[in-house]
Amino acid sequence: MTKEGVMKTIDYSLYYGDFKALNGITVNIPINRITAIIGPSGCGKSSLIRSFNRMNDLMSNSRTEGTILVDGEDIYSQDVVRLRKKVGMVFQRPNPFPKSIFANVAYGPRIHGIRDKSKLAAIVENSIRDAALWDEVKDDLGKSAFSLSGGQQQRLCIARALAVEPEVILMDEPASALDPVATLKIEELMEKLKRKYTIVIVTHNMQQAARVSDFTAFLLTDSERAGNLIEFGPTIEMFTNPVDNRTEDYISGRFG
Amino acid sequence: MIQRKIKQNLAFSAMWLSCGLTVLIMLFVIGYVIIKGFGQIDLEFFLTPPRGGLSGEGGISSTIVATVYLVITTLVFATPLGVSAGIFLVEYADNIKSRFVQKLVVFARFGVETLAGVPSIIFGLFGYALFVTSLHFGFSILSAALAGTCLVIPVIIRTTEEALKAVPNSYREASLAMGAGKWETIWKVVLPSAITGISTGIVLSAGRIVSETAIFYVTLGGSYRTPTSLMSSGRTMALHVYYLAMETRAFDKALATAAVLVLLIVLLNLVINIVSRWLSA
Amino acid sequence: MRKNKKRFDTAMKYSLLFAALASILIVLMIGFFTFREALPAFRDIGLGKLLTESVWRPGQGQYGILAMIIGSGLVTAGAVILGVPLALGCAIFLSEIARPNLRAIVKPCIELLAGIPSVVYGLFGMVIIVPIVRGIDVPGNTGFGLLSASIVLAVMILPTITSVAEHAIRSVPKEFREGSLAMGATKWETIQKVIIPGARSGIISAIVLGLGRALGETIAMIMVIGNSVIIPATSTGNPLSIFLSRARTLTGNIAVEINYATGLHESALFATGVILFVLIMIVNSSARYLMSRGSLGKNC
Repeated sequence: MTKEGVMKTIDYSLYYGDFKALNGITVNIPINRITAIIGPSGCGKSSLIRSFNRMNDLMSNSRTEGTILVDGEDIYSQDVVRLRKKVGMVFQRPNPFPKSIFANVAYGPRIHGIRDKSKLAAIVENSIRDAALWDEVKDDLGKSAFSLSGGQQQRLCIARALAVEPEVILMDEPASALDPVATLKIEELMEKLKRKYTIVIVTHNMQQAARVSDFTAFLLTDSERAGNLIEFGPTIEMFTNPVDNRTEDYISGRFG
Repeated sequence: MIQRKIKQNLAFSAMWLSCGLTVLIMLFVIGYVIIKGFGQIDLEFFLTPPRGGLSGEGGISSTIVATVYLVITTLVFATPLGVSAGIFLVEYADNIKSRFVQKLVVFARFGVETLAGVPSIIFGLFGYALFVTSLHFGFSILSAALAGTCLVIPVIIRTTEEALKAVPNSYREASLAMGAGKWETIWKVVLPSAITGISTGIVLSAGRIVSETAIFYVTLGGSYRTPTSLMSSGRTMALHVYYLAMETRAFDKALATAAVLVLLIVLLNLVINIVSRWLSA
Repeated sequence: MRKNKKRFDTAMKYSLLFAALASILIVLMIGFFTFREALPAFRDIGLGKLLTESVWRPGQGQYGILAMIIGSGLVTAGAVILGVPLALGCAIFLSEIARPNLRAIVKPCIELLAGIPSVVYGLFGMVIIVPIVRGIDVPGNTGFGLLSASIVLAVMILPTITSVAEHAIRSVPKEFREGSLAMGATKWETIQKVIIPGARSGIISAIVLGLGRALGETIAMIMVIGNSVIIPATSTGNPLSIFLSRARTLTGNIAVEINYATGLHESALFATGVILFVLIMIVNSSARYLMSRGSLGKNC
C-alpha cells in the first residue's frame, strides 16, 4: 500500500443555497490512519465529513465545486449506493433502527443481497466482535437495540457500519453524546480498527484528537463564515509545533 | 445493484402514479361539476327561488339566504363557546391546583376529541330528538344551528388552541411583569396576536356548515321558501343539491347548484391557505 | 384595586372553564338523548334481535339491522381496499419523494378533496360512477350499489388517511433515514425497511381513522348505494359480484326514515344510532390508542 490517500479533496467547495459552507478545501486522507478534523463550532467540520459519502446530497439546496476522489475516482461519477457501501458512517448521536440488535447489524448485508442465514450470522458476529460489543450482547441478539446503553448503542452503530465491509469509516463526533467511560471504549476501539480501515473523525474535543489521531486537519471560518483548511499534518507536529498562528491560538485555547 | 435500482424505480413510479391519480380525481370532480354546472348559471339563477314541487325549476335565491342565515346563526352560538374553551385549555388548564378541576379538564379534553370523531348523522339524530321534538323548536334554522354548533365546536376549539400556542410566552411574561392581570394579559396581548389564527378556525367552520347535509336533512326541514325567522324551516344549498338529485332527478340544476357550492368551498380554502401561509411566514 | 383585579381573574377563569366543559356536556347529552329515545327499542325488541335479525319491516314490527351492519361493513371494506393503497402512495410521495415545491402544489389539492361537500361526491357518483358501473353486464345490476358507493367513499376517506399517514412518516427521526442511507441502502430500501416500520402505528391509526370516517358517512352513501334493505349477495358465480348488489348503511337507515318514523320505529332508528355511535367510538379510540403508543423514535 502506498502512502497515497484512499480519499482526497481537490479545491472542494460546498454551498447551501447562497451560503458557502466550505471554501476550496484540498486535503489527502492517509490510508489506514486516523485523521481528525478539528475546529470551532460552525467551521464546517461536519459538512466536510458528510461530503465524503455524499450525505449532503440530502439537503435539496446543496451544491459542490471542485473534486473529491475516493479510490482515485470522482465521487460524483460513482454510484452513490456503492460509494456509501465503501465509505461507512457513524453519527453524532447513536441511531440504531427500531429493530433487534441482530437485525440492526444484518440490515446492511441484507440490503446488499446476502440472504444465506449462516453467512449472515457469521457477518453479524464478526462485526459485533470487531466493535468490541460481542461479550456484552451475545445472549441478547434478539432484544431491541434500544435496550442497550448509549455507549453500547454507538458501538452497535459501528458494528452496523462494519458489517457492509467498508474501506473508510467516517465518524461525526461519535462520542459527543457519551459519558467518559463509554468515550474511552470508543477511542480504544478506533485504535484497533485502524489496522483494517481508514478512519476520519470529527471532534470538538482537542484532547481526543491528540489522543486518537495520527493526522489532523484544522478548519476555521473566514470573514464570510465559510470553512477553510488552515493546516493539515501529523497530529504530533501540529499539537507541538503548529505552522500557522491561528492553529496555535486554537490549540492553546484562545478561540474557545 | 441494477435490480435494486429497478425496484426503486418501480416503487417510485407507483407513488408518482397514485399521487398523480389523486390530483386528477380532484381536478376531474371539481372540473366536471363546475363545467357542467356553469352552463345553467345566469344572474336569474341566483335571484329566483326554486319553483318547488317536482319541477326542479327555478333558481337558488332562497337557498343562498338559508345558507347564510344558518352559517351566521351557528357561528353566533359556536364562536364564543369554542374560543372561550380554547382559551381555557391553553391559558389556564395546565396550572390548575384543585384536583377536582384537574379532573374536569381531563374530561373537557376527552369531550373535544370525542366530539371531533362523532359522525354528523348522530348530531342530526340528537338535534332531532332534543331541539326539533323535545324542545318543540320544530324543523327550523334554530334547531339546525344548535345541532350544527355541535359539529363545529371542536373545530373552533382546536384552531383556537393552535393559535394561542403559537403566541410566544415572552409576550405573556412581559405583560404580567408590568403588573397586568391574567385576563388583562389574555385580552390585550394574547388574543390580538392570535386573532388571525382564530379566524381561520371560524372560516373553516363556516365551510363545514356550508358543506354539511346529513345534519340539516333531519333538522332543517327542507322548505324551499326563503326563511324569515329563526323558527322558519329552510334548505341550504347543499340540501338543495340533495333534493334536486334524489327527489326530482333534476341533475342539471343539481350540478349548477353544486358548482356554486364547490366554488364557494374552493374560495374558502384559498382564504384559509393564504392566511395560514401568511401566518407561518 | 388589586383585590378587584384578582377577583375578576378568578371569575373569568371559572366562566371559561364552564365553556370548556361544553364539549363534554354535549357528548353526555348526545349519549343521554339518543339512548333515552332508543330505550323502548332495546326493551321491546332487544339488542340481540336488533343485531341478528335480517328483516327490517317497520310496518310489520320487524326491526333487524343485520343487513345494514353488513352493508356498512362491506362498503367500508371496499373503500379501504380501494382507498388505502392510493392514500399511502400519496403519503409516501409527499413526505419522502416530492420536492418541496411540488409538495406545496399537491398538498392543497388533497386538502381541497377533503373540503368538497359529501353531497357533491354523492351527485358526482350518481351522474358519473353509477352509469359506468351500470355498464358491467350482470343481471340485476342497476349501477347503484356497493361498488359505486365504495368508489365514492374511497375518494372521500383518501385525504384523511393521506394527511395522518404523512404526518406519521414525517415524524420518523431523520437519524434513521441517514443511518440507512449511509450504509448504502437505496432511498426505496430505506423507506421500505426503516421508515415505514418506524411509522407503522401512525399509519395503522391513519387507516383506522379513515375507517371511522367511512362508517359515519351518510349523504353520499344514500345517493349511490341504492338503499335496499337486503343482505348483499352474489348474483353470478363470481364472488366479486356481491359488490354489484344494492345495500343500505346504518347511517342511511337513520337519515332516510327518521323524518316520518314514529313510536317503536323511531326508537329503533335511535337504537341504530346508538349502535353506530358505539361502533365509531371503538374505532376512533383504538386509533387514538395506537397513535399515543406509536413513535418509537422518541426513546433513542
